[in-house]
Amino acid sequence: MNIVYFAWVRERIGIPQEQVETNAQTVQELVEELKAREERYAAAFADISALRVALDQELAEFDAPIAGVSEIAFFPPMTGG
Amino acid sequence: MTVRVQSDTFDAGVELNAFAQGRRDIGAIVSFTGVVRDTDNTLQEMLIEHYPGMTERAIKEIVKTAIERWNLADALVIHRFGALKPGAPIMMVATASAHRAAAFEAADFLMDYLKSRAPFWKKEITKDGAHWVDAKEQDEDALKRW
Repeated sequence: MNIVYFAWVRERIGIPQEQVETNAQTVQELVEELKAREERYAAAFADISALRVALDQELAEFDAPIAGVSEIAFFPPMTGG
Repeated sequence: MTVRVQSDTFDAGVELNAFAQGRRDIGAIVSFTGVVRDTDNTLQEMLIEHYPGMTERAIKEIVKTAIERWNLADALVIHRFGALKPGAPIMMVATASAHRAAAFEAADFLMDYLKSRAPFWKKEITKDGAHWVDAKEQDEDALKRW
């Protein structure tokens, strides 16, 4: 699946998007996998209460299942307007 | 419904006139324009990042909700992204309805939702450095009004 990052999440991880193969069942499990990879992921996902997630461009919760999802986005709370 | 997400600037007056043009079924048009603010005279630029695809989708969903809930004749949202200078327009909202209460309320609703549910992120480039603008708790609380 494609993972995309925005704002300071993108800056901390250092890339705007990447393709990831995972067996994670939920967003939370995917986050744990990513955190275990490298320090920059651990830094970006240190406090997930400060993050939002979208599954195929719809806002979702961290306990949401990710089976069949093609794009997951992680970003800080939005500041539009 | 008109929703535009663009890097180009816009003229709120021209947009508002075009929005109002040729309508006979409405008695009220309300508009709001958001502008890049620099109250401390330190801001050099505001960088606005967005999520192409989701942005348009999320805004259209919010506008659709407002049109249905307040029975609006029409609604317009323009939101910019990219590098904006102080004083530049960031976004505008316009609502048209038979009576003013619906137009005012719907515009207020649209602003509250665009602030917290449209995938934009603002970064301020100041003389002292760059920082991401944090979402405010009061912005999230504002949604509970609706």
